[in-house]
Amino acid sequence: MPAPRTLLDKIWDQHVVCTPSGELPLLYIDRHLVHEVTSPQAFEGLRLAGRRVRRPEATFATPDHNVPTTDRRLPIADPVSKQQIDTLRANCQEFGVRLFDLGDADQGIVHVIGPELGITQPGMTIVCGDSHTATHGALGALAFGIGTSEVEHVLATQTLRQAKPKSFEIRVTGRLPEGVTAKDLVLHLIGRLSTEGGTGYVLEYTGECIRGLGMAERMTVCNMSIEAGARAGMIAPDATTFDYLRGRDFAPADFDRAVAAWERLPSDPAAVYDRVEIFSAADVVPQVTWGTNPAQVVGVDGGVPDPDVFGDSSEQASAARALEYMGLAAGTRITEIPLDRVFIGSCTNSRIEDLRAAANVIKGHRVAATVRAMVVPGSGRVKRQAEEEGLDRIFTAAGFEWREAGCSMCLGMNPDTLAPGERCASTSNRNFEGRQGKGGRTHLVSPAMAAAAAVRGHFVDIRDWEYR
Amino acid sequence: MEPFTSHTGIVAALDRANVDTDQIIPKQFLKRIERTGFGQFLFSDWRFLPDGSPDPAFELNRPEAAGATVLLARRNFGCGSSREHAPWALSDYGFRAVIAPTFADIFFNNCFQNGMLPVKLSENEVAELFRRATATGQPYRLTVDLETNTVTDGEGFTASFSVDPFRRRCLLEGLDDIALSLTHADEISAWEAAHGLPAVGG
Repeated sequence: MPAPRTLLDKIWDQHVVCTPSGELPLLYIDRHLVHEVTSPQAFEGLRLAGRRVRRPEATFATPDHNVPTTDRRLPIADPVSKQQIDTLRANCQEFGVRLFDLGDADQGIVHVIGPELGITQPGMTIVCGDSHTATHGALGALAFGIGTSEVEHVLATQTLRQAKPKSFEIRVTGRLPEGVTAKDLVLHLIGRLSTEGGTGYVLEYTGECIRGLGMAERMTVCNMSIEAGARAGMIAPDATTFDYLRGRDFAPADFDRAVAAWERLPSDPAAVYDRVEIFSAADVVPQVTWGTNPAQVVGVDGGVPDPDVFGDSSEQASAARALEYMGLAAGTRITEIPLDRVFIGSCTNSRIEDLRAAANVIKGHRVAATVRAMVVPGSGRVKRQAEEEGLDRIFTAAGFEWREAGCSMCLGMNPDTLAPGERCASTSNRNFEGRQGKGGRTHLVSPAMAAAAAVRGHFVDIRDWEYR
Repeated sequence: MEPFTSHTGIVAALDRANVDTDQIIPKQFLKRIERTGFGQFLFSDWRFLPDGSPDPAFELNRPEAAGATVLLARRNFGCGSSREHAPWALSDYGFRAVIAPTFADIFFNNCFQNGMLPVKLSENEVAELFRRATATGQPYRLTVDLETNTVTDGEGFTASFSVDPFRRRCLLEGLDDIALSLTHADEISAWEAAHGLPAVGG
């Protein structure tokens, strides 16, 4: 009998091309996603070396990081942004790569459109020059972020040099309480694992709670694996996954045959992980980050911690510095923190389910006079779907700005940024110093929590929300 | 790629944990389409005051860190975004080696692609290096030797580190790893054929 294997083992074993003596294994890459910020130097490297893209049909590109989210018919105001987007277009043309360009109905955040178009499939190896590539692991793929030199390597060889990561089972028992979302779950997990608890591992999320999550929720969880230091997070494919993929543009033609193969992917019952941690979904409450990394997080019913409570001196220093940057005093109740901005979007929380959740909270309410709030759908498709459902009218009637698809204020490479000192409730994934704009202060929350905060002008416990 | 064998240089002691790549190179500088010229933007939000002048309190701006080529930091250095602009900026500024107790995975890999050596030492060794680097207010030098896998200061400090043997060889010889991988093109084609993919064109 073959030894029991994990999901990671199975995908890994299938994709090792060779392990030449004295070298790292060459891992075959099934899908390569490309965006405008981390690819120009890779294509330039190919050109300088006279190399081509080995398998252009395995490579898909879209501009997302840098694109304006205002009227797409207008020219891009920032000439440097425009050059980067023009360069992606020229590179895709020269090397024969499929591009979902600005103006294409399917353009969007690369981690939203991959699954949405069925490019992402179970059992695949998927890379992208972006750390949130872990998102695609929600469909049972091994997906991780790489640097630009590695982007060039994959373009040229369709492989990557990789040491096999260790496996880490994150088992979540039970069900999430009412009002508690996948975002709260993953923030809760990061808070317990720390920003480097997952370093060197691939996280596999298992357990009743995970099995009960829909695809968008699974993507939210896997997306933030990197914030715990893990390059990849994954969830075994099941009926939820197959139902999601069936009929999508790039789904396999012989779908039933594909499903039969995918059904063999989940970890064998006796498979052994390098590390296992068990969490209870019942313990999770709505989360709000108070600091400058995603592990600096607390329940909405809690307060800003005193740096002295941290055992380790470097964590104490880190917390003290974070409070200074965030302009917060230890002991402040989370629900007393006033907000200037609200951002609903990003590869973590910009799917139709996220927008529905936020709209459901907003309905019949107005954004507080002191708050400027914005919704940026994850893709052109999400935007159209939301408009068909009338969500855009709920948002705009409440005072939200309704934008075109892109990464937007998650990282503020485009004009959507915080001003110095502005405080934002954001559904994105990073609350690093300056992430959303130099001097900007980011609090990470779920879409429902962000929507409620927009209405009240400060954080509120969504479990007490009065839905209209 | 420029080989790395042994390097001796002045240490900049950045006494912070969880330094993310957004700090190393803020996003407003990621719009360039070249690999070069990022050093001027390294740690930009920390290095410069709002009026654009260097912040004298920032570790890299201290007189004893002038001309530093070895960066010393605390845990989880390089976390966050995969941007290779981070090692490009460090390298362009002049750094050849970064020493910390732990690194984020993607940043760690990216360093090797750019002739820059990330060195993991124990918490105690890093703490000792911080003590020595900041003891006198004078420039403090370290030698990072990839041939012997050691870090030494010539004043009694010696620590050894381990590196993946393949990454080590690539750095020592300055190998173009794409060229090396392309020597396995037949195996890649065989894998593709075995998995039902059409042969790649011409």
